[in-house]
Amino acid sequence: MNVSSFIEQPRYSCALGAQQSVVAIKRAVPVLHAGPGCSNKINCLIGQGEGYAGGNTIPCTNVSESEIVYGGENRLKEVIEGSFKVIDADLYVVLTGCTSDIVGDDVGRVTSDYQNSGRPIVFAETGGFKSNNYVSHEKVVNAIIDQYVDKFGSKTTKKGLINVFSVIPYQDPYWNGNLQELKRILEGIGLEVNILFGQDSGGIEEWKTIPEAEFNLVISAWAGLGIAENLENKYGTPYMHFPYLPIGGNETSKFLRKVGEFASLERTRVEEFIKREEEKFYSHIERTSNFMLEFRYGIPRRFYTLLDASYAMGFSKFLLNELGILPAKQFIVDNTPEEFRESIRKHFAGISEFRSAEVEFIIDGGKIHEEIRKDDHKNRALILGSGWERDIAKEIGADLLIISVPVFYRLVLNCGYAGYTGGLRAIEDIYDRVLDTYR
Amino acid sequence: MSKVNLKESKVVIREVRLGSITGFEGTACKLVQCSRSGKLKDSVRSFSQCMGCSSLNAFCQLSMITDAAVINHAPVGCSGDFFTFNFVYRVGQMERNLPPSIGRYFNTNIEEKDTIFGATQKLEDTIRKVFCRIKPEAIFITTSCASGIIGDDVEAVANRLSQELGIPVVTCFCEGFRSKIWTTGFDSAYHSIVRKIVKPPQKKSNKVNIINFWGSHVFDELLEKLGYEAEYIVPFSTVSQLERISEAAATIEVCPTLGTYLGAALEQIYGVPEIKSPPAYGLAGTDSWMRELGRVLDREEEIENIIKQEHERVLPQIEKYRSKLKGKTAYITAGAAHGQALISLLKDLGLEVRGAAIFHHDPVYDNGDITSDVLAHSVDTYGDVENYSVCSKQAYELVNILNRVKPDILIARHGGITLWGAKFGIPTLLVGDEQFSFGYQGILNYAERILETLDNKEFVTNLAKHSTMPYTKWWLEQDPFSFLGVNERVEFY
Repeated sequence: MNVSSFIEQPRYSCALGAQQSVVAIKRAVPVLHAGPGCSNKINCLIGQGEGYAGGNTIPCTNVSESEIVYGGENRLKEVIEGSFKVIDADLYVVLTGCTSDIVGDDVGRVTSDYQNSGRPIVFAETGGFKSNNYVSHEKVVNAIIDQYVDKFGSKTTKKGLINVFSVIPYQDPYWNGNLQELKRILEGIGLEVNILFGQDSGGIEEWKTIPEAEFNLVISAWAGLGIAENLENKYGTPYMHFPYLPIGGNETSKFLRKVGEFASLERTRVEEFIKREEEKFYSHIERTSNFMLEFRYGIPRRFYTLLDASYAMGFSKFLLNELGILPAKQFIVDNTPEEFRESIRKHFAGISEFRSAEVEFIIDGGKIHEEIRKDDHKNRALILGSGWERDIAKEIGADLLIISVPVFYRLVLNCGYAGYTGGLRAIEDIYDRVLDTYR
Repeated sequence: MSKVNLKESKVVIREVRLGSITGFEGTACKLVQCSRSGKLKDSVRSFSQCMGCSSLNAFCQLSMITDAAVINHAPVGCSGDFFTFNFVYRVGQMERNLPPSIGRYFNTNIEEKDTIFGATQKLEDTIRKVFCRIKPEAIFITTSCASGIIGDDVEAVANRLSQELGIPVVTCFCEGFRSKIWTTGFDSAYHSIVRKIVKPPQKKSNKVNIINFWGSHVFDELLEKLGYEAEYIVPFSTVSQLERISEAAATIEVCPTLGTYLGAALEQIYGVPEIKSPPAYGLAGTDSWMRELGRVLDREEEIENIIKQEHERVLPQIEKYRSKLKGKTAYITAGAAHGQALISLLKDLGLEVRGAAIFHHDPVYDNGDITSDVLAHSVDTYGDVENYSVCSKQAYELVNILNRVKPDILIARHGGITLWGAKFGIPTLLVGDEQFSFGYQGILNYAERILETLDNKEFVTNLAKHSTMPYTKWWLEQDPFSFLGVNERVEFY
């Protein structure tokens, strides 16, 4: 267990933050058995508006003193029953907060009564103190699989169908765009993709086909592996782990080849798709390469990341190997569990043939700022971080691209940084920040 | 009248102190009558949606004291509002031409093992490190449901560290579960400030405290004319400024729901008179507020002159707006008492107020003076409002009501509500700055915004065509208050 520190400038939410994972499933609604302000706080940091039934629509018991003293199970029943009547949803996910988990309400029992009568409802204990939302995302997804998906559909394997578990919806501000691109490129090489969250997903009907998948694909440093393991235990589905977000031409092609190999896809089909996509990708870069080369003096020479592990690895490979921006110190802010840290360190140690990068796992943003401040800033830097980095970026003359929550200074609709499309977008956005500094 | 007791570390919640409620349906008149006759009962909802909690409102007032730090003793999720208020703080810095700086907020990161062994050691360590890191003039500790239920003795830690570090280390008890009325959090923050920051007066100053959020400085000119100086508190104050608010000549509140506790505490303990008339929204409201201000500051003659001049200036303009807005219908959803004040303002402008859903109701404020009742003032001056409900941000009730009422404009005061108007194609106006519509000029400002909103329907009209509705058909056909029942458990005022 890590020795946890206090946190200045939080960049993730608590276990209950996984309410947003539910909001990201089409026509699903979280039902909170939690204090009155929890949902609102989560929304402040990682929300992006109401969605279908998020934000102020989320049913909640608004636990008060009396539920703490006398127990809150009856109150929860009232709110669940009201939710069925008032909210038009396909899946109801009961999530508990600190109050319920400390006083020990038997939420499983309450929920199972409704499950037994055939209602589409599941529960997960997500008292805020239990973990952050990276960890509880797994718990909530597994709860839906175990308590709902498992009851339906055939478990016979469907050739070519895969489940993708990647970025955490809303914790990754670009989740919708990223998932869209991942689905697009995986379909491009001939797979059928359950993307499960966001605009391109198929809602609860898609979730029901999870057990039919030929394999599960985890595109994430660590968060999500627990889902693949659960599915392996449950249905014997194998999984492939790609430990970072593939960004740009090199990494996306490498990613697709690995998946193609794992899935034993027809090689020519995979290569054809890669060729077409690379042609498109590099044509844009080639077309503007004279500008990029001649403007070399203007772009940052080195970059800091203050990101989660999946993004940090993905961006560092892309920035170094495709744009020639060198890694300064890399700060990983997702409270990566100890068992995954060594492999991430190794990844940065061998980030390219010629270079390595120093990496630190740290959740206290104020401390990170102190460390960055101490560096020698003789050349221009790029910071990939959050809204918290506005001042430190200005102070050291760095360009800031906001990739992590809290975002605040950007409006995100379908922007994403994954894949080929995301790589181009990243280049546009970096140059946009740089060029915007001229008067 | 509630008695401010600084010996207690925790503020008494509004439900108990003021008899405040979060559920009511009826008319404005009926609500005022119930409040005055001691017959006000709370109604609880068997179905409810997420609300807000005291901890956010407490943080809202503590987070912009420019040289203090705030430590949130909680699991990390409770600090989800840090950046929200940091952002507000930075916008305010721009408006005030202050250099950019980030809010210094810390979370103790309470984890599972802490719920078993307690987290006071963690809190102590955090306080020491925060002190070393930023050398604040004071440290406020906001508590959480988790720290409250596990029973951490936060007060003892604060007192010990206060001694050790030589700065005020102040507890602010604002656990979400303690009160259904999130504005209790304002009271918690002010209780901390009055208990541990404010010092007894050494002299009387010519300053007038203005309890506000981070609104525009509309009081400067008026008070200057009267020979006084505006002191905007609590956001953007320093610790040493707050130490001296006991020396002020008077206290103004832009909203009595915000300032009730602090205004009353300063008057009860240090004799700083509180302006008790409802805040200056609408013509009649502004007139009576101005006269009360003149009386308290001993400037009655000057005030009469200003009233005369201002009437001459704004009345013809208001008349013009009235002709443009005549016959338009409005529905209001906002917090008390600002939402109640807006009713008056809208009626002044000739709009027909078809109803209001106000987040809670304080039947009386801490000063115990019924003249402060904003809703009563509105009802007495402008008549009743039918379809008045007290609704703690329950979107499902609001959606149901809007679907029936279909006003020409929806007036909202808080985020997360506006889209429900838009989904029905109803133009919606949200003004964050309470001072924007304050006083005589405020009527004109607000009128202009209403016209702009009514004039620009393209966005909502198009959105309405393409939006989804998460509420069932069944629900939209029910009585909006189907889930609201009378709860006998609560205490009567």
